[in-house]
Amino acid sequence: MIELDHVSFTYHGRAEPVLSDVTLSIGEGELVLFAGRTGAGKSTLLGTINGLVPHFTGGHLEGTVSVDGVTTRSRPPREFAHLVGVVGQDPLAGFVTDTVEDELAYGMEQLGLSPQVMRRRVEETLDLLGIAELRRRALRTLSGGQQQRVAIGSVLTTHPKVLVLDEPTSALDPTAAEEVLATLARLVGDLGTTVLMAEHRMERVIPFADRMIHVPGTGGVIDGTPPEVLKDMPIAPPIVHLGRLAGWDPLPMSVRDARRRASSLALGAPPARNTSVGEELLAASGVVVRYGPKVAVREVDLTLRAGEVLAMMGRNGSGKSSLLWAVQGSGPRQGGKVTVEGKDPKTLSSAAARALVGMVPQTASDLLYLQTVAAECEAADAESGAEPGKCRELLDRLAPGIDPASHPRDLSEGQRLALVLAVQLSAAPRIMLLDEPTRGLDYTAKAALARMIASLTAEGKAIVVATHDVEFVATIADRVLVMAEGEVVSDGPTGEVLGGSPAFATQIAKILGEPWLTVEEVRSALPQEVP
Amino acid sequence: MTSYFLPRDLHPAAWWVWALGLAVAATRTTNPWLLLTIVAVAGYVVVARRGEAPWALAFRLYLYLGAFIVAIRVFFRVVFGGAEGSTILLRLPEIPLPEWAAGIRLFGDVSAESLLGGLYDGMRLATMVICLGAANALANPKRLLKAMPPALYEVGTAVIVALSVFPQLAESVLRVRRARRLRGGSGKKKVKALHTILIPVLEDALSRSLQLAASMDSRGYGRAGLVEARARLITGTLMIAGLIGVCVGVYATLDGSTPRYLAAPVLSAGVVVGLIGFWSAGKRVQRTRYRPDRWHPPEIVVAVSGIAVAAVLFTTSEVNPMNMNPSLIGLSWPSLSWLPLLGVLIGVLPAFLTPAPEPPYAALEEEARA
Repeated sequence: MIELDHVSFTYHGRAEPVLSDVTLSIGEGELVLFAGRTGAGKSTLLGTINGLVPHFTGGHLEGTVSVDGVTTRSRPPREFAHLVGVVGQDPLAGFVTDTVEDELAYGMEQLGLSPQVMRRRVEETLDLLGIAELRRRALRTLSGGQQQRVAIGSVLTTHPKVLVLDEPTSALDPTAAEEVLATLARLVGDLGTTVLMAEHRMERVIPFADRMIHVPGTGGVIDGTPPEVLKDMPIAPPIVHLGRLAGWDPLPMSVRDARRRASSLALGAPPARNTSVGEELLAASGVVVRYGPKVAVREVDLTLRAGEVLAMMGRNGSGKSSLLWAVQGSGPRQGGKVTVEGKDPKTLSSAAARALVGMVPQTASDLLYLQTVAAECEAADAESGAEPGKCRELLDRLAPGIDPASHPRDLSEGQRLALVLAVQLSAAPRIMLLDEPTRGLDYTAKAALARMIASLTAEGKAIVVATHDVEFVATIADRVLVMAEGEVVSDGPTGEVLGGSPAFATQIAKILGEPWLTVEEVRSALPQEVP
Repeated sequence: MTSYFLPRDLHPAAWWVWALGLAVAATRTTNPWLLLTIVAVAGYVVVARRGEAPWALAFRLYLYLGAFIVAIRVFFRVVFGGAEGSTILLRLPEIPLPEWAAGIRLFGDVSAESLLGGLYDGMRLATMVICLGAANALANPKRLLKAMPPALYEVGTAVIVALSVFPQLAESVLRVRRARRLRGGSGKKKVKALHTILIPVLEDALSRSLQLAASMDSRGYGRAGLVEARARLITGTLMIAGLIGVCVGVYATLDGSTPRYLAAPVLSAGVVVGLIGFWSAGKRVQRTRYRPDRWHPPEIVVAVSGIAVAAVLFTTSEVNPMNMNPSLIGLSWPSLSWLPLLGVLIGVLPAFLTPAPEPPYAALEEEARA
């Protein structure tokens, strides 16, 4: 179906090729998972399949890529619309029309299908993806998971032979991500479509992937079945780490698999989690946030103590962000009290408020507006009234080795987050709120973020992280607060909240049961393991 | 008959024809009663047949705009001389102007005739604006763009995409402004603050549009298909010849000294040739439309009722450029004759003889829940 023959690709103005001499052959009906760090070339490799690379991105491509016998050399991407369907990371950015039905029909209109066929396929696709009740809704009003399913539906209506998905679940909460992936698994089974998918949180896809391709970033690729490829891959999901730790061979690919073998594990006492906390830094009570008739946060109480990491979870739109903004003082707050060091941040000027409570918003790059990293740091020092060089010093501690002359846009996602964090920390707040910092981060970058957070709490700061990523929460958080419909549903130590709920259980908790959350805990409890 | 009244959205062009009919009718009269009737007819139909979409709720803005136009017209009559006529209402001191401004009067006497003239004139313009507002409220602008001829499809899509950018831009401006406050907010200088908001917003807009372009490209936007070089050449020649014909024709029509055979004949020939080129360009576009709006009897009723209003006023009323307001020669109540009034009332028929618009999604959901 797809043939890549000695493909090399170099972006314009770069000396090093992103891909060098890649030869792949992918058959019909396969589900192929592409894994690798951010920037390793996964998206580039996927882009070559319908010719967006190099026709759209520019750059130099050697070798040939052909789909169903047609090479991308001779034709632009639009001539592949009937063969290859492409779904990106942010579904909203790719929508052309504004209602669900029109969006599903758009691709077919371009191909010139007859009205009867279009009508039939739209109905079929609505049912296939379970979005029939959304048909007349405006796309902007849908939830993230619904939008992503519409985006998948909109390329399926042209009946492509190949479906290319570039991190389709990176912006979704765990439940929505499960929805989308379950839909994809069904498609592969029912329609026999070839699916190529890049995904950071591979643990969800591995159980039904036929094949895995690791893009390590050196130009080549490692190709094989998931157990083969995962055996030596440096980045791997927790289940694989556990398998390696226990010396299981072949590696378990699904939770069921691992659970069966886990009975042989001789584990010591479960680890004690950090429960010691310092003085109270922030006390909020009865916080209410509403947007017109819609109540986003309903009388929520919150306390933060020094040295504590609080994770805030809950589906999209459950009020996490509104609560963070309200606590910081910049967002609207219609009721309740917030006290930090005896003051209410809402009544203070924004400069004074950020010296009490710092925040990194969801789109962290909104805070950056200068041409170089050095200029951003200088501006931050001036804005915070800190001594010159403070921000740069913080940045070097959080993410060493960033070139001061580089443009903030050219940094990797993780480096940019570190820069924004440094800018916000330069005002020396004792409380830092992070809204979805793990979005778009790969395993390596998440580990780096976890280290940053640990070093901040060691100084006695309190950190709040709103995120969907359970594995990340299990590694860093002392306390977890789950929100739904603007109310706090559960609030307690990480082990209790994550271990006790099927929706929020980590892979390790699913395998080993409640007290165990991370591979690290298992490692420390294994008697035979010598570190 | 039941299928005739099944709720559905009418073809947007039908509403436009109807509204333009009313607007044309308004140009034929300055009779305030007739104008008010036209506004009432338009307003009644809008209230009866508009949907719940944002553009449908904007009709009120057009009413305000109309009122503003009338007020401005009357105000200008007071400021720039309004002494035609004998019934002086107000004596204001006239401000003498220099020689070169002869012909312009500032203040002075204000007569009732001149004020009423301004009022009627303003009402006529306001009525036309309100008619256009009615069309805007009743017809989904995006569906109208979709109903464009195939040769203009690409332009239509571009306009639709551009329209959807504005709410996005507004959204990102709000988001970035909020984020700015997190960084110590208000800069010392306004210009600098603007720049700190503008750069992230533009960056955002640019990366979004690149993503959209990539998505459209991979979904087949602008597929050329296989077009023979010969067909392309013929289409191009027809279009260019038609355009030249139209240019020459328009020039000749407006310039009295050019020979007459270059005027109307060349103009109409140019239009015909251009239309043929347009048609052939559209024919080779291999693209289809999903659930296109079609003309059914209700659409015809709507369009015909609009045209009928215009036709009746064309035959019964006439605006004499020398004497715009007969009732103002000797000041009297404007009289109203039955025939034009009944003609204008034809325009209200769509409120009864068309199916209701489809209920919006939210209402459907409520009903299902109940």
